[in-house]
Amino acid sequence: MHEIEMLINGRSYSGLAEARMTLADFLRHSLGLTGTHLGCEHGVCGACTVLVDGASVRSCLMLAVQAKGAIVETVEGLAATDGKLSPLQQAFQDTHGLQCGYCTPGMLMTIVELLRENAQPSEAQIRDAISGNICRCTGYQSIVEAVLLATGGKSAGRMSE
Amino acid sequence: MKPPPFEYFCPATLDEAIGLLSERENAKVLAGGQSLMAMLNLRYVFPDVLVDINNLHDLASIDVTAERIRIGAMTRQRKIEVDAALFARAPIFRSALKLVGHRQTRNRGTIGGSLCHLDPASELPLLALLLDAVVEAAGPSGRRRIPARDFIAGFMMPGIAADEIVTAIEFSPWADTHTFGFNEFARRHGDFAIASSAVHIERDSSLVIQRAAIAIGGIGSVPQRHFAGEKLLVGTSGDAGAIAAVVEACDQLEVIGDFHGGPEYRLSVARTMLRRSLHSALPGPNRPVAA
Ligand SMILES: Cc1cc2nc3c(=O)[nH]c(=O)nc-3n(C[C@@H](O)[C@H](O)[C@H](O)COP(=O)(O)OP(=O)(O)OC[C@H]3O[C@@H](n4cnc5c(N)ncnc54)[C@H](O)[C@@H]3O)c2cc1C
Ligand code: FES
Ligand code: FES
Repeated sequence: MHEIEMLINGRSYSGLAEARMTLADFLRHSLGLTGTHLGCEHGVCGACTVLVDGASVRSCLMLAVQAKGAIVETVEGLAATDGKLSPLQQAFQDTHGLQCGYCTPGMLMTIVELLRENAQPSEAQIRDAISGNICRCTGYQSIVEAVLLATGGKSAGRMSE
Repeated sequence: MKPPPFEYFCPATLDEAIGLLSERENAKVLAGGQSLMAMLNLRYVFPDVLVDINNLHDLASIDVTAERIRIGAMTRQRKIEVDAALFARAPIFRSALKLVGHRQTRNRGTIGGSLCHLDPASELPLLALLLDAVVEAAGPSGRRRIPARDFIAGFMMPGIAADEIVTAIEFSPWADTHTFGFNEFARRHGDFAIASSAVHIERDSSLVIQRAAIAIGGIGSVPQRHFAGEKLLVGTSGDAGAIAAVVEACDQLEVIGDFHGGPEYRLSVARTMLRRSLHSALPGPNRPVAA
């Protein structure tokens, strides 16, 4: 067993884990942070995306021991403490950027990383950024709309006309 | 928990890591984990020991000079994608890396891991072969340098021993005036390619091709150099006739069918990719423009 501590959404957490436990399972099962979702568990769907030391990673493809001492950001950290949604989350709600919500935590964390580097991404850049996140419900258009709404960008697509 | 149980070590030095690999039975290196972790989760592999080399920070650097480019094995794919000095001398890396998985996998995945996993459709082994790179590996008896063509020993089979660790890849940049093309086709952005092609070209002042390298990935058991095509190209101006001959000569390559389609389909995708790469390496619709 490994003693693991990390800073998650500004709070310090610790727990014990076997070496083979993934970061995703550690967040969900050991720490009860179930906002991070698991879809495929082999790196394809992106549902489990979290930020580790500022970089988006698939938490199903990283061991919890490898995140020892890291700064981790998950979907739970996006809304304000009083529950007020972040502008990006609010935009997702406003444009129906989610239906079942399964992909949403991964989508949000992926886009958080994108917006930190590029506050006003083009539609093409948004689509490129979320290429590693699979959504079975929305058809992606409304997710792209959400990011454009949150950033004041313009859509080349049909829906915003 | 998906992965089978294993013992985990995260050594601080290369010697320690090699020591673990040579002393322990059934030990495996863990780099970016973007292939290995998936295989563990799917229980395709059952290592008894994992040697995590993410603490070997000396292996994560990019050194660019006019004569030599060296990329450490633990350099993240994302870092290689955005490196300005590398882009200035070997811009093909950026074009290729944009197609390696996704941003999230490139943030973790390393060049060494990609070379050692050696998927036949992988972009980075294709570039290593294209550029006649040398793969450097360290083991119990020291370091050795392996030409990429020997390192690519067979289907997903890197030419290193179980107790060796790839430390870097090195190659000579082409002339500053070289041109290139990189294309691949995958059903979804970021997926492994059904076929890919990489082209490097140097021309003299009268725009005659002096040097050409062509590599084709995805269609065979390993990435392949298209030597016949290179020969057909050198000495020409890269005119439409020459391009057609080079593309035609792809039938000399090894092509295997898979669930994407039979050999004929994959060969035809490879030809289309190669035609596109040649067109981007030879500016102008099919023919060079006067410099
Ligand atoms: C959704 C998805 C899409 C992907 N798409 C692509 C793609 O389009 N193109 C592509 O090329 N790859 C793709 N990949 C795989 C790529 O992301 C991996 O990064 C790469 O194949 C392995 O690199 P790694 O650093 O993650 O190595 P790991 O997964 O840690 O290791 C891979 C193998 O190499 C060995 N190894 C690693 N480093 C060394 C070393 N220095 N010395 C000796 N042995 C070593 C390991 O023991 C293991 O056997 C994809 C992965 C995912 C999850
Ligand atoms: S659960 Fe991690 S990528 Fe699908
Ligand atoms: S909202 Fe259901 S998967 Fe995206």
